[in-house]
Parts: sequence; C-alpha cells; structure tokens
Amino acid sequence: MAEILDEVMETAEDTQKGKFLTFSVGKEAYGIEIKFVTEIIGIQDITEVPELPDYVKGIINLRGKIIPVIDVRLRFKKEPKQYNDRTCIVVINIKETSVGLIVDNVAEVINIEDSNIVPPPQIKAGFHNRYVRGIGKVGNEVKLLLDCDKLLNDDELDKIADIV
Amino acid sequence: MSGDEIIREPMLEIYIFEATQLMEQLEEISIECEKNKEIGTEAINEIFRVMHTIKSSSAMMMFNNIAVLAHSLEDLFYYIRENDAVNIDFEKLFDLVLFGIDFIKGEVSKIENNNNADGSSESLVKKSTSLLKDMKETNGVIIKNDLSEKREDTKYYISSYGNSSNENKQKYVARIFYEDGCEMENVRAYTVIHNLKDIVSEMYHIPEDIIESNDSVELIRKNGFLIGFSTTAIKEKVEEELNGIVFLRELELQQVDEFPQELKALKAKTKIVLEDPEEPMESNKEEVPHINKSGKQQSIISVNISKLDMLLDLVGEIVISEAMVTKNPDLEGLQLDDFNKAARQLRKLTNELQDIVMSIRMVPVSMTFHKMNRIVRDMSKKQNKDVELEIIGEETEVDKNIIDHISDPLMHLVRNSLDHGLEEEGERLASDKPKVGKITLEAKNAGGDVFIIVRDDGRGLDRKKIYDKAKLQGLVNKPLEELTDKEIFAYILLPGFSTNDSVTEYSGRGVGMDVVKKNIDSIGGTISIESEIGQGSTISIKIPLTLAIIDGLEVAVGMSKYTIPITSIRESFKPKENEVIADSEGNEMIMIRGEAYLIYRLHQIFNINTKVTTSTDGIMVMVEDNTKAACLFVDSLIGEQQVVVKAIPTYIKKAKGIAGCTILGDGNISLIIDVNGILDR
Repeated sequence: MAEILDEVMETAEDTQKGKFLTFSVGKEAYGIEIKFVTEIIGIQDITEVPELPDYVKGIINLRGKIIPVIDVRLRFKKEPKQYNDRTCIVVINIKETSVGLIVDNVAEVINIEDSNIVPPPQIKAGFHNRYVRGIGKVGNEVKLLLDCDKLLNDDELDKIADIV
Repeated sequence: MSGDEIIREPMLEIYIFEATQLMEQLEEISIECEKNKEIGTEAINEIFRVMHTIKSSSAMMMFNNIAVLAHSLEDLFYYIRENDAVNIDFEKLFDLVLFGIDFIKGEVSKIENNNNADGSSESLVKKSTSLLKDMKETNGVIIKNDLSEKREDTKYYISSYGNSSNENKQKYVARIFYEDGCEMENVRAYTVIHNLKDIVSEMYHIPEDIIESNDSVELIRKNGFLIGFSTTAIKEKVEEELNGIVFLRELELQQVDEFPQELKALKAKTKIVLEDPEEPMESNKEEVPHINKSGKQQSIISVNISKLDMLLDLVGEIVISEAMVTKNPDLEGLQLDDFNKAARQLRKLTNELQDIVMSIRMVPVSMTFHKMNRIVRDMSKKQNKDVELEIIGEETEVDKNIIDHISDPLMHLVRNSLDHGLEEEGERLASDKPKVGKITLEAKNAGGDVFIIVRDDGRGLDRKKIYDKAKLQGLVNKPLEELTDKEIFAYILLPGFSTNDSVTEYSGRGVGMDVVKKNIDSIGGTISIESEIGQGSTISIKIPLTLAIIDGLEVAVGMSKYTIPITSIRESFKPKENEVIADSEGNEMIMIRGEAYLIYRLHQIFNINTKVTTSTDGIMVMVEDNTKAACLFVDSLIGEQQVVVKAIPTYIKKAKGIAGCTILGDGNISLIIDVNGILDR
C-alpha cells in the first residue's frame, strides 16, 4: 500500500521537477529549484537584528509572518549594491524554515533537463562551489544551480573556518 | 502491515486521552469518597461507568492486563452497588482502587511512549478478588456466582428484580418443538429466551449451551426446547408470547409448583438470571452527595491544541490588520465621521473577538489543585502526619500552557511543605497548634497576573540555618543582619541548596526548588517566599496572565524601534548633566535617590547608528529584573502599546537581550527587549 502511495507522490513531484527560477546577482545568473520557492516580492523595509552575520540583513514582515532575509551578494562576498526597484526578495521554504533571498533581479522560470546539468568542476579554492550543485546549460548561456540546503546551513562551517 | 499502524494511531490517541481523563476522574472520586467514609449511589455509578469504559476500550485495543484489572474492579463495585447495606473497609478498598489507578496510569504512559504495556496486573486482580470474597463473607452472603476469571466474555446475567418476593410469581414449564427443517433451532431458542426475559424473573433451559454448542441443535430437534421460568404474568399472556414463535410445531405449557428435576439441577449449578444492566437501582432514590464531574461531561469538547494556536495567531493578525486599516497614514487629517464610527465599531468587535479567543485557552486550575489531593493523602499516610488540604479559588483560570508548567512545581512545593514544613503530631500539640496540619492552595487574579499561593502552618523557615548553610557553600558575602528575609529565603531556590542533613524519599537533595524556579521562569513568573519561624511559610508564585500579549513601551534607537515590557520598567526620565558618572573602567553609572545604577547604552550594545549619543539628549529608562536594576539609554520614547509577541524565526540565532519581536500598527517590526538578557551582559 505504501509503495503505491510513494509512486503517486513521485509522479506529482514530477510536474515541478526540472523547473528552475533564474535570477541574477552581479554578473552571474543563478537558478534555484522551483519547489523551494514560495513567492517573490519586491524589496521592502528590513528591520535590523543585532549580532547577526553581515549577510543576514534582518527580518521582514510578510503578511504577519516574520521572515529573515539574506543578501545573496554579501553571501557570495561581492560588493554590496544599493537596492533599487528591480531588487527582489525570493522567499524560499526549506524544511519548515522560510528565508528571503535578496537578489538583483529575477529573470524567468526555465525547464532544464537533467541531461543538460553537469556537476560543477572541483575547484579547491572557490568557496562558491559549496553552494552550487550543478551547472545548467540553457541555449547559449550557463546558469549556476544553487543548493538551498547548503546556502542556509553552511553558517556553522563558515564560523568554524573563520575561527580557525 | 504498515497500513494498520497508520489507522491505529488516532484510535490510540483517543484511547490514551480518554484513559488519562477517566483515571483522573476516578482518582478524585475515590479520594472524595474515602474522605467522607461513604460511597453514594452516584459515586458508585460513576466508578462503575469508568471501570466499564476502561475495560471495554482496553480490551478493544488489546491491552488485556488493563482490561482484566478493570473487570475485577468492576466486579467489586458491582457487588457494592447491588448490596447497599454492605460493611465496607474503606481504606483497603480505596487503597486497592488507587493502586489500580496507578497501574493503569503507568501502563498508559508506557503506551504513550510507544513501549509495550507489559505490566502484570495479576497481583492486583488477586487482591481484588480476595477483597470481594472477604466483603461477601463478612456480609453473610454465600458465594453463588462462580465467576471464571479466564473467560473474557463472561456473560453474567443479573436479576433486575432484586427483591425476591415470590408471592405473585408462578412457575411454568414449557417444551417447544420446532418444525422439521427450519434449521438453526438453537438460535431460535435463544430468541425465545431473549423475548421472554422481559416478563420472567428466573429462567432455566435445557439444553443450556444453546449458542455455542452445535449439539444443542440436535437435542432441541429430538427432545424439544425445555424452559422453566417463573413470572408474574398470567398464563394466557405467556401462552400468547410463546405461541408467537416462528416455526413452532408444538408447545407444551404447564403451570407447576416446583420445577422438574432436570431444571432444578441447573438451578443449583449456576444461577442463570437475566441481564438488564442499564436499569438503575429503583430502591435508592434518596439524596445523594452530588458528584460534580458527571454533569459537565456533555458540554465539553476536546480540541487539538494546534488548531487553537492557529486560531489565536489569526486573531492576533486580525487585530494588527485592523489597526493598520484604521490608523492608516493615508487617512490622516481627513474628516471622515462615518468612517470613524464604523472603525470604532470594528475595533469593539475585534477586541471582543480577541478576548473570547484568549479565554478559550484558559483552563481553571481546579484540575491541577485536585491532583494535589492524592499527594497529600499518600504522603500524610506514609509520614503519619494528619494533614488537611484546603483549596481556595480553584475557578481561577489560567492559560493551558501555564497549567502544564505549574503542575510539577506545585507538586514539589506541596511535598516540601509536608516533608519539611509540617511537624509531627507530638511537636504540633506541644507548640499549641491544632493536631491536623493545614496546607492551603490558593489561586487569585490580581491585575494582569495570576497568583498561586502555597501556605502551610508548619515550622517555618529558619533564617539563621539557611544563612549558615549558604555561607558554608560560599554563596553569601554579606553579614546576616544586612540581608532581608526575602533575600535569605531566596537562597533556597538555588541549585544544590538544602538544609536537610539527610536525604529522604521525598526531598533533601537540594534539587527541587531549583527546578521549581526554572519552570516558573520559563513561563515568565516569579516566586517569593515569606515565612515566620514556628508559624509557617507562604510561597507565592506570580504568573503573567497571557504569554502572547504584553504591554510594552515603544522606544526609538536610531532608525529602529524597540519595545520594553512594561512589567520590567520602574521609571523613565531625562538625565541631567552631572548625574552621569563613569568609574575607572569606563562603566557609566547614574545616581538616583542615593543609589547607583549601571547604564546600558542600547545603541552601543546593538551597534545601531544614531545621532543621539550624549546622555542629555536621550532618555533613561530604569528597568529591573529579578535581582537588580539598571538604566537603559535610548533616543526617545514613542508611546505605550499592547503588542502581540511573535517568536523570532529559529533560523536567526537569538541575540542576548532580544526576547522576541512584534509587528506594530504600521506594519513595521519592533524587537522586544529581554531585560534579563541585557542586564546579564
């Protein structure tokens, strides 16, 4: 009985599989699996919370729900940019936690087949690679596909690395 | 099959919930009855009902050990119910009942934790049957019923007509022959018995075993179905009844004075009389002590707490949205009379909605208080101290969350009072105190808080002893005279502190009061202790009424707004130039009415950019936590507001000094300051 249920679940998931939301930060284009994305909102006032890493900008009020927001530029150690009216917050939901990602602008939702995704090259130095789980080819362009889990949870490793 | 487990879970939930409720009910009734040294009819019925329900639901869920125990206790109370003038050894009886309750509670908690309910109730069952036998013997009744404990579905038939006056009863013997080939004669025979039972009192039949045995079919075909019964109905009526049997071939009905041999033999063996369990005892309709639980059952519905929480959140949101609409900056300055009227109406309604929803989660403390009865009873027995528990204000309602958290501390405080506080009988009489010790549990509402007070008239706390012990453990640095009573008594709340020389079963390790304090702190309450040596002690617990809504003072620091809970604020003022002083290490202090308070600059602590840095430009807010007070330096005061507390998302590791956040009327977020956290820095 359980196996039949699983199968049904899998076929349901398929409608969201392979779809990525693409956005750009700086010169790079990134993609995130659509199944994690809850909504996209325009930039709004952020309340700062003390004693947080610099890339966690603070918290926002989303229709009564308090959500922390991360600035993706700062997360990837680029120079911060002024927020303009194209800046968006992509709200993602992973394992019951909702987090907002501040990105420069949002592009579109694309289908990327598994065959067009290759694993990232193993470069020791670049720490980007921890968050990139694959590289997707779309037409002539390349999108870096992010691993959401790592994006949120690498904090500990970072902190330890800093201390060491 | 994994499928089974999924289906079972909700049933298991309900079973556990129901069993726990019933056990608590039963416990309360038992203690009440034991105290009054009598068991009223209502009480018996209630106990019987509870046992019966537990028996059937446990049997259904396959927890046979519980079912068997419930069954034997049910028998016990059945006997008591049927025979009112019975001489009952209350202590033994209720000891047994309470042991039974403990056993069942233990098993249920095992089940709750997904373990096997494998306890053996055999010894308790044995005790129960022997107690029943004793009761019967002391009351001169010979045991007729041979209740075989092995058979789970013992159908024991009970006579509905208790008085055995045989005046108008006539004995009849009937032999019924069914038509050939009608099949299932045994079932038809059973139907006859069933139909007759309304009008007869005794009934014996051959063959006896009509349902289970297949041979009975043959017997009935050969010899007919022989029934002997006695009834007050007239012969014609009986004949009519029997003639109405389907497929009846032949009926022999005779009125007799005595039953024929075969039937008499049956009568001696097992008395099969007819079942009518629903009918209440008609003889006993006098005034009985009213057990208040039974009436309340029907008007209570149990709701999943998560649904309530969602409802509460949503109502909180509505309050905020309503504020956002009516106090919208777009509307400022506009002359909108009708709109204002409508807005006021809306405000009234949302306030009312909020009040009602908040009150849903409120539960009276009586349940928790009554649980203490059991502890007092058990302990007073064990320690040979005669103790009376007085309960005042049990209708006071507190949030469900709070109830869960005070149950354990209360238990602990009551135990302490009994163990340490109350003296033994001899000592009490020697000091002119009444023989019976008294512990008072009081609950009352005062302002925005609930007070729960545990008072005893025991020997009180010894100031010097506590001070000495504290000094021994290196916790004091001031001499005895300088410390106020409150401060000294507060030492007993520290972990590891005990003036007991030896550890008893109940206390002495020094762990209890610390746990109590932690529990109370976790719900935002405070404990204070008062005591007079030789007279008794009073422990007061103050708990804020609601956890989710607090009164706060809005302050601005730079561009951010913060909320300080009003309960922590003593006063606020604008400092003067020369009041602020700094010591050698650069710590700033301020002198107010002769006392020095540390200054915490919020913009420094939270690294906020603000133009207001000189002391005279900003505002000082004097705050206090449990033990100390200090001043917070902020830019300006905005105003007083009632705010809904929202937890900070778990993703953000909490900064020390921030207790939560709240959404203001204009949609902005304000962080709530945790005064304890700031003062601990």
